[in-house]
Formats: sequence, C-alpha cells, structure tokens
Amino acid sequence: MAGESSLFSSLLKKDETFLLSQWTDAQARVVGTKISNEELKAQCKEFLGLLVEATQADSSESTHGSAWAPAKKMLADISRSRTLQGFTPTETAIFVFSLKKPLFDLAKKELGGNSQELVNVIWSLTQRLDQLGLYTAEMHQKSREEVIVRQQEDMLELSTPVVKLWDGILALPMIGTLDSSRTQVVMESLLQKIVETESEIAIIDITGVPTVDTLVAQHLIKTVTAARLMGAECIISGIRPQIAATIVHLGVDLGTVATKSTLADAFKLALSRTGKSVGKADAFMHREIRT
Amino acid sequence: MERIPILKMGSFLLVTIQVDMHDQLAMTLQEDLTNRISETGARAVLIDISALDIVDSFIGRMLAGIAGMAKILDATTVVVGMQPAVAITLVELGLSLDGIKTALNVDRGMALLRTSLSLSADEDLEEQRSLSSNSSFVS
Repeated sequence: MAGESSLFSSLLKKDETFLLSQWTDAQARVVGTKISNEELKAQCKEFLGLLVEATQADSSESTHGSAWAPAKKMLADISRSRTLQGFTPTETAIFVFSLKKPLFDLAKKELGGNSQELVNVIWSLTQRLDQLGLYTAEMHQKSREEVIVRQQEDMLELSTPVVKLWDGILALPMIGTLDSSRTQVVMESLLQKIVETESEIAIIDITGVPTVDTLVAQHLIKTVTAARLMGAECIISGIRPQIAATIVHLGVDLGTVATKSTLADAFKLALSRTGKSVGKADAFMHREIRT
Repeated sequence: MERIPILKMGSFLLVTIQVDMHDQLAMTLQEDLTNRISETGARAVLIDISALDIVDSFIGRMLAGIAGMAKILDATTVVVGMQPAVAITLVELGLSLDGIKTALNVDRGMALLRTSLSLSADEDLEEQRSLSSNSSFVS
C-alpha cells in the first residue's frame, strides 16, 4: 500500500503541466463559461499542491486523516462558492472526478504493460478521489441547505407584519403556508401589537394563504381565541371561494368569528363596530352645517 | 392567611390580582367572590389579571368556574388585561374560556359592562312596556 501511495504522489509531481492542462480542459467541457479559465487553473494548481502534501504525509487509503484537512477545506470553499454561483451538483463534483482520467493516463504511461500493478494503482487512486468527490458533493448539498434555512428565516420575518389600519384596528395580512412555527410567530406578534396599540379589532387577511386544511384552520382558530381572551375581536377576511368550499367540506367550525370576503369589507365592519364610518367629505360638511 | 381584596364600585365588584396565583389562593378567591356577590347583589365582576404572567390549567379552570358561578348569581364577569403569553398558554391548554367576556384594560372592561348592563336594563323596560300594552289590549 505504501508503495502505491508514494507512486500516487510521484505521479502527481511527475508531469504537473500535463495533468493541469488535461484536468482543466475536462472541467471546462462540463462547466462551460460559468467560471473563467484563469480562476479554474488557479484552483486546480492550488488543489494539486495540497493533494501532493496530503499524499506524502498520509499513506493510508482513507482521506479522514488530519493531513487531508487543508485539501478538504479547499474543497469545501470551492463547493460553497460554486453553490452560490448556481452550479449544479455535477458541475461541482466534476472538479474532483475529472482528475481521474489524466491521472490514470499517467499511471498507464508509467507502468506500461504491468497490468497487475496498474489495477492496484488505479484502485488506490479511485479510493481516494471518490472519497474526495463525495465530500465535495456533500458540501454542495450542505451549502444549499444553509441557503434554504436562511431564506426560510427571512420569509418568516418578512411575511408576518402587523399593520395598524386605524385607531384600534389592526390588520394582519398573512402570506404563504401556515405551519405551527409560523402561527406561533404570527400569534405572538399580533398579541403583542394588540397590547401596544390597545386595539379592539384585528383583521386577519388570508388572501395570500394558498391552501387551508384542518391544521391551518386549527391555527387560525387558536389565534382568534387568544386574541379574544385578551379582549380583542378578530375578523377573518380574504377567503376565496375554493377555500370557503374546503372549510365546509372539512367540517371545520369557525365558530362565531366574523368572516368577510375582502379586506375592505372587513375594515368597514371593524369601523362600524368601533362606532366610526367613512363617507364622502361633502356629506360630512352638509351634516355639520345642518347641525 | 393571604387573600385577594375584592373592591365594591357601585354595582360592580373589582378584583385585581397582583400576586402569583397559587391554587389555595384561587380557591379562596372563588369562595370570597361568590359570597360577596350574594351579599352585595352586584351585577358585574371585573377581574384584572394584567399583573399575572403565569397561568396553569388549574387557574384557567378557576377563572371559568368563577364566571360560571357569577352567572348563576346573575352577575356578568369580565376578565381584563390578559398578557399575550397568558393568552397563548390558555389556548394551548385548550381553555378558551367561552363563557367569559374579555377586554383590553380596566377602562374598556368598565365600558363593556356599562353598555351590557344598560342594554339589559332597556330590555327589561321594553318587556314591561310590551306587557302593559298587552294588558291594556285585554282590558
């Protein structure tokens, strides 16, 4: 095994220019113009250097040793930056896998007819490169998951604003799917705002909620009940015909909660419940003159 | 023994809970309150829980119990000033306190009680009027 490993590092060092040009060409064919040739070459050169160091320091077949840490760190950086640039998993992992062909070619040239030895060497090379390639793919996946989590958090914060429509009237335009964690955030921010503004009426607008199932209805009812416990009344608006049908088919009981089809209707109801009304300025003027 | 004071304001009883509610205290309050309602003939009870930031299912049930007993003794109960966290807890515990009226603060609670009581007074008047008019028809 030690012999093969040293062969690996000697192969890597032997014909660096050939290896580099073959490797970058193979990658450029897959990746295309997403990355500049110079940058690609610089990355390949640096990685080759790290690979040589790692193979010299660690002669075992696994890539879990500490000698491989710098090479792995570089792979992680590369897959992260490629993820952000919109590379596909293949285009990211090809960075490692495309090194196989030029390396095997070199090994063939080196060992000539000794096929038994050649198979051993190729196996040992494949072992290590596959591990590195899989690591790259894993990092790609991880970076994407990080992006998704961050976006989810952003969405959670952005999509739950509580707006004040009038003195004592709040509106809560809900956008996106309602799940437990979001309902919790929505409920907390609504109740907090009710305390701050001393509002008596909150309008929950579900125009932006794509589907309502029993769970979502349950969450809505919970929010309404909590607001009622604090002494505020809720009106649900923005119920589309399909959603009304779903609610009835599911047998969900919205209880005594007032429902309106549009936010405007709900606002009108809220105004009348707080003893206010909206009308044309002229009419008000006439009334004032008359009185 | 520790007790929660019950204040009388006109035909209302006012209870403000300023300390941590423990079970014994809640039981005592329930007892005291029902006694006071029957003694004073109060028409309404206003419970201010704005200083209460922890509830459990027992306290929640106690509140519902007080409201139910007060109703039987012909008094309306209003709970005012519930904290958001308390409201969420009660909902999660499945206690929606359906029989209880709620308001945001003492001011609003008073206003609510006044309107509901004067309404019922009006209804009383109307009933009497319709009764008397009916009787006049008969005669």
